[in-house]
Amino acid sequence: MLETLMWPLRPPQNWWVAYATLVGVLFLALQISAAVMVYFERKVSAWMQQRYGPWLVGPAGLLQPIADIVKLFFKEELQPKAADKLLFSLAPIISVAACFVAFAPVPFGATTTFFGWLDEPLALQVADLNVGVLAFFAVSSVGVYGIVLAGWASNSKYSLLGGLRSSAQMISYELAYGMALATIVLLAGSMSFREIVDAQAGYYFGMIPRWNVFAVFPFGLVAFLLFFTAGVAETNRAPFDFPEAEQELVAGYHTEYSSMRFAMFFMAEYINMVTVSAVAVNLFLGGWHGPFLSPAYGWIWFLIKLAVLLFIYLWLRWTLPRVRYDQLMTLGWKVMLPLATVNLLVVAAGVLAFGL
Amino acid sequence: MAFDLLLFYFFAAITVVGSLLVVAQRNPVYSVVSIVAAFCGLSGLYVLLEAPFVAVVQIIIYAGAILVLFLFTVMLLNASREDGAEWDRSHPYYRPGPTRVGAVLAVMLLGQLAWVVSRLPELRAGVGDAAPAASSVRLLGRVLFTDYLFAFEVTSILIIAAMVGAVVLAGKKGS
Repeated sequence: MLETLMWPLRPPQNWWVAYATLVGVLFLALQISAAVMVYFERKVSAWMQQRYGPWLVGPAGLLQPIADIVKLFFKEELQPKAADKLLFSLAPIISVAACFVAFAPVPFGATTTFFGWLDEPLALQVADLNVGVLAFFAVSSVGVYGIVLAGWASNSKYSLLGGLRSSAQMISYELAYGMALATIVLLAGSMSFREIVDAQAGYYFGMIPRWNVFAVFPFGLVAFLLFFTAGVAETNRAPFDFPEAEQELVAGYHTEYSSMRFAMFFMAEYINMVTVSAVAVNLFLGGWHGPFLSPAYGWIWFLIKLAVLLFIYLWLRWTLPRVRYDQLMTLGWKVMLPLATVNLLVVAAGVLAFGL
Repeated sequence: MAFDLLLFYFFAAITVVGSLLVVAQRNPVYSVVSIVAAFCGLSGLYVLLEAPFVAVVQIIIYAGAILVLFLFTVMLLNASREDGAEWDRSHPYYRPGPTRVGAVLAVMLLGQLAWVVSRLPELRAGVGDAAPAASSVRLLGRVLFTDYLFAFEVTSILIIAAMVGAVVLAGKKGS
């Protein structure tokens, strides 16, 4: 049905045109995902607090994100007199650039010709790197510069404290984060996202999906929980949102920012959530593999899993209170890091002994 | 091929300009930002050399971990601008001894650079298609833990020693 509908729209057959379109569509989709996430954040929070949330602008408040964006565009761009001008304007750019680049190695569907729409199959991925997992990790660790430099360049105590907290937090959680990634790399024997996802096709005993989250139970599950928890900390989301703890730091590192520069930080935060969830779906939840749908429609499964993880993100924020800063550090260094190390060592020993 | 060359000059320019800015900047925060840029350029050069693993690890370890700590320290100490007018000529760094040692080291470094550049044609001839990019990580791991195990372990001990030294130096006095 879709095939016949799409046939008249058949584009000129050129792989580079198709690829450029894919990159452009993904770039737009990530930006729109930030707007959609803001809408759902407000709706979900309202639902959890028995309010209506946005409802005035458009049907069910659906046009609220557009109104917000227009408002942000027309706001005055403020800058403290004592701010470091170059770094003050560079910081949001670093933040938002890093979050887009981090998505580059992440695939979101099987290689497809769109039902014969294209002659040459196109991989639904910007860059299929053989060190994709590490590349994602590297770029997401560069994103912290945006926050730290914003904190320093603003020349304000709240911003500086927010930036310092953020860097301390990200360094602490990157270890557990990296070890959870290493566990999956060991299990799959590959660092390419595509190979890791393809290794998760099929079922254990004909019923349990062969996803890494169920692999060598409970070690895969532990790795997934570690990855997701560290991911929440990495993206500075509640209950680990210290860099922007309102009660203590006004708005943390972006206190002095306004208008589109603030919007860039805001967008980076939401796109980072999407990226971390997409990586978690690929590495632990079988990517685009799932029952009932052929691989050509795999991106539907991918989007469903992505939506579930993103909902959990929102759910966490609106149910859990912020933990204390020393509790955050204790959790990172004394609970998650040892747990991740033991998990990694046991899986490594298992892979070595049984060649799982 | 021409595109590769263009990319090479692009990344090389970033690396060289970044490195120069590290020492030319008066503001320590700008120095850290410049060195991050230089490392990113270097990482691009590694990609052009078909060593994606090294390129990514360069970013993770240097840009992602070590330099964040640098920045953290610079910000925490709130190190101010190093203004030329305020340079203290009576500082121990300006005594003849350290200056001479520095000069000797600089000459040695220049000599090494000249030697490497003079041997370039020879070195280039030695580089074959020895490094298959596809399985570089697996290959690297195997070589690291067999042929170069000793060097690997000695490096780990060196790093541990530096860490213990730092803890001892920074630890509480007395008690």
